[in-house]
Amino acid sequence: MTANKILQKLCVSMLFCVLPALVQAADWQVSDLMRLLAQTKSGHATFVEKKYIGIVDKPVESSGDLFFTTPDKLEKRTLKPHAESMILDGKRLIIDRAGKKRLNLDLGDYPEAAAFVDSIRGTLAGDFTALDKIYTLTLHGTATQWQLILQPRYSRMSDIIRRIAIQGSKGDISRIDFDMADGDRSEMSVTKVAVQQ
Amino acid sequence: MKPASSRLWRIALWFAALLACVLVIVQTRFVADLSAFLPKAPNARQQMLVEQLRDGIIARLIMVGIEGADAPERARLSRALAGHLRSDKAFVGVQNGEAEVLARDQAYFFNNRYLLSNNVTAQRFTAQGLHEAISASVDALSGNAGLMLKHLLPHDPTAETLGLIENFSSESQPRSVEGVWASRDGARALLLIQTSAAGSDTDGQAAAVAAIRQAFAQLHPQAGARLVMSGAGVLSVSSRQTIESEVSRLALAGTLLIVCLLLVVYRSVRLLILGLLPVASGALVGIAAVSLGFGEVHGLTLGFGTTLIGEAVDYSIYLFIQRAGGRSLANFWHIIKLGVLTSIVGFAALLCSGFPGLAQLGLYSISGLVAAALVTRFILPELLPENLHLRDLSGPGRILEKLANQSSRLRPLLLIVLVASAGWLWHKGDAIWNRQLNSLSPVSQADQQLDAALRADMGAPDMRYMVAFTAADHEMALQGAEKLGSALRELADRQVIGSFNSPAFVLPSQAAQHARQAALPDAATLRRNLDEGLQGLPIRAERLQGFIDDVQATRVRPLLTRADLDGTSSSLLADSLLVRRAHDYLVLMPLGSSGVGAHGDVIDTAEVERVLKGADVKGATVIDLLDETTNLYAGYLHDASMLAAWGGLAIVILLLVSLRSLPRALSVSAPLLCAVLSVAALHVLGSHQMTILHLVGLLLVAAVGSNYALFFDSGAQGSTQAQRRQTLVSLVVANCTTVASFGLLGFSQVPILSAIGSTVGPGAFLALVFSAILARKVKPDGYSD
Repeated sequence: MTANKILQKLCVSMLFCVLPALVQAADWQVSDLMRLLAQTKSGHATFVEKKYIGIVDKPVESSGDLFFTTPDKLEKRTLKPHAESMILDGKRLIIDRAGKKRLNLDLGDYPEAAAFVDSIRGTLAGDFTALDKIYTLTLHGTATQWQLILQPRYSRMSDIIRRIAIQGSKGDISRIDFDMADGDRSEMSVTKVAVQQ
Repeated sequence: MKPASSRLWRIALWFAALLACVLVIVQTRFVADLSAFLPKAPNARQQMLVEQLRDGIIARLIMVGIEGADAPERARLSRALAGHLRSDKAFVGVQNGEAEVLARDQAYFFNNRYLLSNNVTAQRFTAQGLHEAISASVDALSGNAGLMLKHLLPHDPTAETLGLIENFSSESQPRSVEGVWASRDGARALLLIQTSAAGSDTDGQAAAVAAIRQAFAQLHPQAGARLVMSGAGVLSVSSRQTIESEVSRLALAGTLLIVCLLLVVYRSVRLLILGLLPVASGALVGIAAVSLGFGEVHGLTLGFGTTLIGEAVDYSIYLFIQRAGGRSLANFWHIIKLGVLTSIVGFAALLCSGFPGLAQLGLYSISGLVAAALVTRFILPELLPENLHLRDLSGPGRILEKLANQSSRLRPLLLIVLVASAGWLWHKGDAIWNRQLNSLSPVSQADQQLDAALRADMGAPDMRYMVAFTAADHEMALQGAEKLGSALRELADRQVIGSFNSPAFVLPSQAAQHARQAALPDAATLRRNLDEGLQGLPIRAERLQGFIDDVQATRVRPLLTRADLDGTSSSLLADSLLVRRAHDYLVLMPLGSSGVGAHGDVIDTAEVERVLKGADVKGATVIDLLDETTNLYAGYLHDASMLAAWGGLAIVILLLVSLRSLPRALSVSAPLLCAVLSVAALHVLGSHQMTILHLVGLLLVAAVGSNYALFFDSGAQGSTQAQRRQTLVSLVVANCTTVASFGLLGFSQVPILSAIGSTVGPGAFLALVFSAILARKVKPDGYSD
C-alpha cells in the first residue's frame, strides 16, 4: 500500500463519517430533494456510527457532533471512545487526535478523495450538477420515508466504495450507510439538534 | 651614472626573480570557492559547523524546481528527470515524492517494524501488554483513521507501523501534485538530489549542475517549462562563476583605465610601458608569494590585484613627474619609503585576519607593493632616458597650486564635516555594523531568495537547533543517539522542545535491534499470550496468524544495516544525521521548537544541555546555529576592530618616528582621520551597514592616503614653487589611478570587492582633498609657517 493510497483511504473513510445530515429532504424527484437541501445554510447534529469491519467480530462504535456551514465547511467532533476532531474547510483537511501529530492535508493532492468531498458537499449543498458528475443518483420511497442511493460512476471511486445510502424522513436525514468495496460497512444514525434561532 | 656592471647585475637579478615567480605561478592552483571567506572557526564546535557547511551531506543536496508549463507536464518532467539522474553515477539519490519510493518507505517500516519500534519490549508481548495494545487498536478503528488501520491490523495488531510512520513523517513534508512533490502553491514541481561529489568539490558540483541542466534539456520540455536550482553546491558554483567573470572584467577595465590615464598624462608609450613595469613585477611577485604562503591562490585575490595596479603605479608616476621637475631624488625616495611602510602596516592587519581569503589579500598586497617599490627605486632609474622629457605640466600645476592654496579656506567646512560625521557615527553607535555573516556572501539577493523559497517548499527542517556529538564508530554513534533520544523524548513531553530527529529512528543500533529481537516470544508463548490477551476483545486469535508469523520471522532474521535503507528516502535522513568523517562519526539531531508560549520558536538550550548531561553521552552538546554564527561573526568584527585600531596606531607611530616631529605627524594623520570618519559616515548615511570588509577598507584609506599627506607635508618642507607644482600634479594623477582602480571594485557584484572598493575609492579621494586643505601654508619664499 502506498502512502498516497493510505492517505486516500484515510480521507475517504473519514469523509464517510461526515456526509450525514444536517440537511432536510423532500420526496419524489431528486431535483425536489436537491432544492430542499440547498435551503439549509448550516446545521448541527449528533451522530452514532457503527463500523462493521471484517477482522473484528463486533461493530466498533463511535459518537459525537457534526457541524456544517455552507458552502464548504464540515466539522466532525468525535467524543467517544476517544476525542478526535476533523475539520474540512475548502480543500484543507485537518485532523487532530489526542497525543498525535496534527494531520494537515490538501485534498487537491488526492483527486479521488477530492471527488468524494465534492460529492458530499454537493449533497449537503443540494448541488445536483456536482453530484451527477461522480455518482448516479437514485431516489426511492415516499416523502415520509425516502432513500437516496449514490453509486460511483468511475472505477477509481468504486474500487473503494460500492454505494452510499442516505435515508430520511420528510426534511430530516436519519441515517447514512456506506458499503465499502471490500465488504466492510458503516452505519451512521444522525439526529438533528434544534438550532435556537 | 653608476658602473655598467652594477646596472647589468640589477637588471639580471630582477629578471631572475621574475622568472622564478613565473615558475611558481604556472604550478599554482587557483580556486574560487567560498571557503576562503568562511572564517577559520576558533573553537571546535564552530569548526564542526563550518565543516558541516562545507563537506556534510547538507552541502551535497541540490534542490531542483520545475516551473512553468502545466501541472501534468511538470510531473512528467519531474519523473523523467529523476529517472534519468538515478542512472547517473554522479548522483547518490534523487527524490521527487514518486509513489514507488514512498511505497518502499512504507514497506521498510512495515517489514522491519519489530526491529525499528521503540515500543518493542518483553512487556509488550505479555498477555497484558498485548491486551492493552490491541484494545487501543480496536478503539482506533472507530476513529477517523479506521480504514487505514484495518488493513494493517491482521499483521500488526499492536500498530507499530503507524507509530513509526508518525514518528518519521513531519507536518511539513512537500505536498504532492500529480503524484510528485510540489511547492506549497503547487506551481513548482520539486526534486531533492544528492550528489556524489562533496560540497567543497566545486568542480564536481559544477559538473553535477551541468548534468542536471543537460538532462532536463533532453526531455524536450514544453514551452515555458524551466529549471531552477539551489543548494550549497549550486551557490558555490554560481558564485565561482560570478567571481571569475568579475575578476577578469575588473582586471581588464582597471588596466585599460589606467593605461588611458597615463597616456593622457605622459603622451609617451615608452614611459607608459616603463611605468607599468613595477606594476607587472608587483603582481607577479604577489601571486607567487601567496602561492608559496598558502598553497593556492583565490580568485578574489587576483580581483583585488586591480587595486594594486592603482597603488603601485603611483610610485612611477611620482618618479617620472617629479624627476622631470628636477626634484632632488634623495628626499623623494625617503617619502616613497615612508609611504610604502605605512601601506604595509595597513595591509599587515589583513595578514592577521581570521579569514584565509583576507590574509591572502594582505600577503599579496604587501609583497606586491614592496616589489613594485623596489623596481621603481632600483630598476626604473636605470631604464629611464638620461634626459626625461615629459610634456609640460606647468599649466595644470599652476591651477592645482591655486586650488591648493585656496583650499585652506575650507578648513571651517572640514571641521563641520568632521564633527557631523563623528556625531552621526556616535549617534548610530553599534547599528553601523552589519552582524550577519551572510553579508559577506557573494550570492546574489535573487539567488538567496530562490534558495529560501525552495527550502520552504521542501519543508526542509529549520536547522537552527541541533544536538551534536561524535563517536568512534557507527554502532557507538547510534547507541549514543538512542540514549540521547530517551532524554529528548522527556524534553518533548515537557514541551521544552517540540520534536527531534535521530538517525536511530530509521536505523537502530545493533544492540537495540538485538534487544528487541530478544524481547520477542517464541510462537507457542506468543500464541498463549495472545489467546489470553484477546479475552474480552472482539478479535479472534486465528485472524492474527500473520502477526504470529511475522514476529517469528523477525526473531531469526539478520539485523538491519545501512544497506537496507538503499532506495528509501530514509537513507538520506540517516546519512545526513549520521556523518562519516575521516576518523570518527558525527551525529546531528535537529530539534524542533515546541511553538508553545510567547517565545515558542525559541528553545531553552540551557535546559536541554542540563538534561543531556544526564544521558551519559560523551561530548553531546546542543547548538543554536543562529547564536553560533552571530557570535562567530561578532568575534571577527571585534578582532577586526582591534586590528584596525592597532594598525591605525602603528601608522601614527611610524609617522612620528620617521618625521621626528609631533606636529608634522599630527598634520599628516589629521586628514587621514577625517577621510576615514567621513567615508564611514557616508556609508552609514547611505543606509549601508558596514561589514568587516568596510572596516578593512577604512584601514586601507589610512594606509593609501598617507602618501598624499606625506607629500603635502614634504611640499611644505622648503621646496621651490616649480617643485611644489610638480608634486601636486603627480599627486593628483596618482590619486586618479587609485580612485579609479578602487572605484571599479566598488561596482563589483561581489560584496567582498565592492565593500573595499566603495570604501577606499572615495576615501582615497577625500584623503587627498583633506590633505590639501589641512596642509600647512607655504609662503612664496618657500618656508612654511
